[in-house]
Amino acid sequence: MNWINAIIQGLLLGGLFALFACGLSMLFGVLGIINLAHGDLAVLGAYVAVALLPSVHTNALWALLFVPPMFAVFGYASQRTLLRRSMESGPLTTLLVTFGLSVVLENALLEGFSADSHSLSVGSLVTKAFRPNSSISISYLRLGILVVAVVVLALVQLFLARTGTGRQIRALADDSEAASIVGINTRHVAGIAAAVAFATVGIAGLADGMYAQFGPTSGGTLLLFGFEAVIIGGLGSLWGTLVGGCVLGLAQTIGAQIDPTIGVLCAHVVFLVVLAVKPNGLMPATVDA
Amino acid sequence: MTTDGGHVQVTTPSAPEGSAAGVRIRRSTRASRWAIGPAVVVLAVLAYLPFLLQQDTTSTLVNFFILLVLGMTWNLLAGYAGLVSVGQQAYIGVGAYAVLWLAQHGMNPFVALPVAAVVCAVVAFPTSWLVFRLRGGYFAIGTWVVATVFALLTIRDASLGGGTGTNVPHLDGYDPVVLRALTYWAALVVAALTLAACYIVLRSRIGIALTAVRDDETAARAVGVHVPRAKRIVYLVAALGAGAAGALLAISQLNVQPNNVYGVQWSAYMIFVVLIGGIGTMEGPIIGTIVFFVLQQTLANEGAWYLIIVGSIAVAMAVWARQGLWGLLDRWGLRLFPVGYRVERDHAGQ
Repeated sequence: MNWINAIIQGLLLGGLFALFACGLSMLFGVLGIINLAHGDLAVLGAYVAVALLPSVHTNALWALLFVPPMFAVFGYASQRTLLRRSMESGPLTTLLVTFGLSVVLENALLEGFSADSHSLSVGSLVTKAFRPNSSISISYLRLGILVVAVVVLALVQLFLARTGTGRQIRALADDSEAASIVGINTRHVAGIAAAVAFATVGIAGLADGMYAQFGPTSGGTLLLFGFEAVIIGGLGSLWGTLVGGCVLGLAQTIGAQIDPTIGVLCAHVVFLVVLAVKPNGLMPATVDA
Repeated sequence: MTTDGGHVQVTTPSAPEGSAAGVRIRRSTRASRWAIGPAVVVLAVLAYLPFLLQQDTTSTLVNFFILLVLGMTWNLLAGYAGLVSVGQQAYIGVGAYAVLWLAQHGMNPFVALPVAAVVCAVVAFPTSWLVFRLRGGYFAIGTWVVATVFALLTIRDASLGGGTGTNVPHLDGYDPVVLRALTYWAALVVAALTLAACYIVLRSRIGIALTAVRDDETAARAVGVHVPRAKRIVYLVAALGAGAAGALLAISQLNVQPNNVYGVQWSAYMIFVVLIGGIGTMEGPIIGTIVFFVLQQTLANEGAWYLIIVGSIAVAMAVWARQGLWGLLDRWGLRLFPVGYRVERDHAGQ
């Protein structure tokens, strides 16, 4: 029974990883940006909630109303200024710039909020769970995060596939010069893509803050898991990302079931094995995103 | 292409008969020829320093040399081979732990230092097959994952100190003054050898191949450059350097702590050093290390602010001054470490 519980917890954890990976996948797929500051941005989202919510006891779900829009604006502004400038100097520069930003962000959070770990309160939701029997416990919060991950991925997919702006974004991803020749305002559209990606990072950061404790240096691990989910799932495939997240989550909880100290190590090793055996991921891209 | 290191006399085919309007292809520059003398003097002065200075100054300089080695080897990776690694701390960690393990098994830590560096290159060989499957930014994060896995594996071994780390044995047998001086000389030798190794690699066929790949990979492949082999050699050399730096770290700190030696902050330091100094030049990382080090010492009491400030400078340089500080000085065409071929008018022929 413990094994079934481990599998359920792994799938739930996978939702969180997929939520992280969504923005990472989108920024790379559309703009060709590998955002090494992704994890730290998520942590920043959680700290914005800490700073702006009236008290530590306020239900952090309220932060979902203001953190994603703020991040969307932040994403648009970053793309129009720093990210676009660095893209012009080549992909390696973007990599170095986002890595530099991640270090700056991490240390700014350290300076502003100290090294103490924080967590976001979700009131009584944190303890509520569905318990079909004594050994299985499905936290409503974790289930909610998985549902949010699926909804966010579906919405992003729909947005890219069905809306006019989504088509423009896909055109930009395919060939930005051709896109601008046919009259697409490529800079604006790239900004919109970054806004969407950043908004999902904001949501992911809040979800992580409700799920577990976080500190200024939590970003690195989040980045690694989000990235691994993207690679395991297959580059550019949003649903593959969900699968990748779940594989990582399962590896971590099943590993921890065998020996509590090797959970995280198992997740990383599964990633390296997939990389060695199936470098294109489990579900190579079917839809560009 | 002749790479005999000397000058090759070439007469331009279009030159009129008998006019001797030749050009000369040289590998050295006037600045580089003049720099040899001062370089020897600087090295001699640096080697004599332990007799002159306070001990804490020499141990500060050890940190400087460690940073210099990391900056130079990372520059070789990113600036020449286009391999932006965020995981060189994997080899800093392996180097440090190799010294620890060898010392625990009776080897003198200073003898263990070169062994540890070689161990890193050996470990890097299979690792390169794995991480080279990833391109660009994914390579960067993949190397980071590898470093994390190395760290997680290391801390599982209780005899190596587990999650908290442990002291390097045999170092307490030395007189403190002698130990500081030996550590300093070891660091100086490692830094000088790294500088020489980078210079030799870049002047060799590999260096020329890499520079060609960096400038235009398709064209380089078309003229027959074996790109993967060149990149792999650079990856191994960089692992060797990072391993030596890690070994020095273990000796100079007298202990090994997993969070320190495997910390991603080392990647931040390397990247900042290279970005500030100028990526893709021999001179850049040296200037970058000096600037970074001065900032680090000046802002030492400001806590996290120093990385915020240094990081912001590095980001700004990456976006607006891609060539770094050396690039800003480079308008005079100064080359202290010329690695390319220069075409000069032969004055004798004019």
